[in-house]
Amino acid sequence: MTLASRPTQAVPEIAADRGLEMYSQMAQIRAFEEKVSELYTRAIMPGLAHLYIGQEAVAVGVCQALRRDDYITSTHRGHGHCLAKGASPDRMFAELLGKEAGYCAGRGGSMHIADPVTGNLGANAIVAGSVGIATGAAFSAKWQGTDQVAVCFFGEGALGQGVLYEAMNLAQLWALPVLYVCENNLYNEYTHYGETTAGDILARPAAFGIHGERVDGQDVLAVWGVATRLVARARRGQGPAFLLCDTYRYRGHHVGDINRTFYRSKEEEQEWMTTRDPVARFGEWLCEQGFAVPTALEEVGTRLHAEIDEAAQFALDAPYPAPADVRRHAYA
Amino acid sequence: MPDTAVRELTFAEAIREALAEEMRRDTRVIILGEDVAEAGTPFKVLSGLVEEFGTTRVIDTPISEAGFTGLAVGAAMTGMRPVVDIMFGDFLTLTMDQMVNQAAKVHYMSGGHLKVPMVLRTTLGATRRSAAQHSQSLHVWFSHIPGLKVVMPSTPYDAKGLLKSAIRDENPVAFFEDKMMYKLTGPVPAEDYTVPLGVADIKRAGTDITLVATSSMVHTALAAARLLDEVGISAEVVDPRTTSPLDRDTLIESVKKTSRAIVVDEGHEQYGVTAEIAAVIAEGAFYHLDAPVRRLGAMDVPVPFSPPLEDVTVPTERTVFDLARSLCGKI
Repeated sequence: MTLASRPTQAVPEIAADRGLEMYSQMAQIRAFEEKVSELYTRAIMPGLAHLYIGQEAVAVGVCQALRRDDYITSTHRGHGHCLAKGASPDRMFAELLGKEAGYCAGRGGSMHIADPVTGNLGANAIVAGSVGIATGAAFSAKWQGTDQVAVCFFGEGALGQGVLYEAMNLAQLWALPVLYVCENNLYNEYTHYGETTAGDILARPAAFGIHGERVDGQDVLAVWGVATRLVARARRGQGPAFLLCDTYRYRGHHVGDINRTFYRSKEEEQEWMTTRDPVARFGEWLCEQGFAVPTALEEVGTRLHAEIDEAAQFALDAPYPAPADVRRHAYA
Repeated sequence: MPDTAVRELTFAEAIREALAEEMRRDTRVIILGEDVAEAGTPFKVLSGLVEEFGTTRVIDTPISEAGFTGLAVGAAMTGMRPVVDIMFGDFLTLTMDQMVNQAAKVHYMSGGHLKVPMVLRTTLGATRRSAAQHSQSLHVWFSHIPGLKVVMPSTPYDAKGLLKSAIRDENPVAFFEDKMMYKLTGPVPAEDYTVPLGVADIKRAGTDITLVATSSMVHTALAAARLLDEVGISAEVVDPRTTSPLDRDTLIESVKKTSRAIVVDEGHEQYGVTAEIAAVIAEGAFYHLDAPVRRLGAMDVPVPFSPPLEDVTVPTERTVFDLARSLCGKI
């Protein structure tokens, strides 16, 4: 696959306010992640974080197609999914810093943010670790007769895990309302997916009879358009679908992965960042459509940065959990 | 007036009755596994359930242990109470990520916001001439993991009461049934009752030595205790009933009284349940001990197929008797 091989999709119709909301969500994710990077660089954040910068259009495009009570499961690179599903940056920062006010009371950290109030059943640090959970949530929805849909986000690295195919087999056998969203950011950690992935990716869902589509993951409108169709299809009882999103992470596998030339070139990174940036592209499109003017988008950015600073400050000021409570939540 | 009739049921019937009663009580309880519906499992433990509850609640799955166990974790997180059937305990290897990294961690890592009320039923036990991939007793693996509970019933009464508690529990619970015990009979009351998780049971009172035994090894220990009676040794048999949580107090109190202990369990001896319980006793009753705490587990070899080989790998009433007699200084 080359950068130029972008699938073409008809531009779905969108109202101005929803377009601006999508822009704002993508910009919020980027501002959040830049702040995370800063907190790591200043040695304020414990552990590591896997930044979602570059992939924002996938999380936002898919989650905009969902209801609040629909389910998602996420990955180690999960901040974008959590925010797009409605999580609040202050409690996310608190979790990243290991504070009691965090979404998981500091017990989970960056790779495990869960927020059942927004349908987020948890980010997961095992590659393909959440495919059973998402498929089970879809099973629950179908069994209980709700019309909820579950979305399972995973990277192309998960294509090497057997449990993904076990779950897909069950989902198609039982016509479960689950959407498998494969974010192909080209790299399984430090290895190009071409070295790890035999055959054609979309041949995998096809083998199970699962409807599969491919979309430009840097085009939020295109992602939103196809996700809306696939979610509606699942909600109608027409079973699972598989959405392959071509995307790119701008930063390293995690915040500490600085020198990346041994696995990818600076030219490649520059090309994605300058020609296919999802936030910039969508901002330009909004202006072309007359939905926004550049100064208004700049104001959105300024406001979001202030909100992110405030959210991070909330987390910095928040207390740590008491060591005496370390066993709390081990058992329900 | 409650029905206080006490019937003789087999171990398998007691398990089936617990499932049926809980499925009648709570429509969110469903069964998932390989050949659980019309076949009722190869051991026929579930026979008749699909006829009462239908295939929407007794659900045959593909041969896909990781897939359907993972699906059950997600279903439990979103309002269901699944009971997963893993035909042979040896196949737990295939469920490990779902149980250990997912089910066991969800409640803790979500800061208490999510829970996984599911039961994984499976089997253990050797001497069925089934070789090393259908004979293992791997309960110690799950007993090692905080966030999981592990149940090991030894009688039809305990099996029914413990399984009902496991299904009502808000945590992931692994329930191990010795496949050699399915035809064992015992009294089971007709009325609704539960046996709490984490409470040991003194199956036989005694004064000279404590035999701590799990699952079918309880019967081995009871048989050894009868032999010990004949040589003037009074053995107490204590059944922990759950290895996690472990009722440490009852074990320690028994050994404080008897001053000697042997721990009998069908898992491998090295790093096993016997090792953990022996350590608990050594720490809690050290100043009351008249002899070292001893362990009798499965021999540390893959379970052999050939009958004369297989039979020497598991504790028997004779090995328990001989060791107890030597610990009591009566050889």
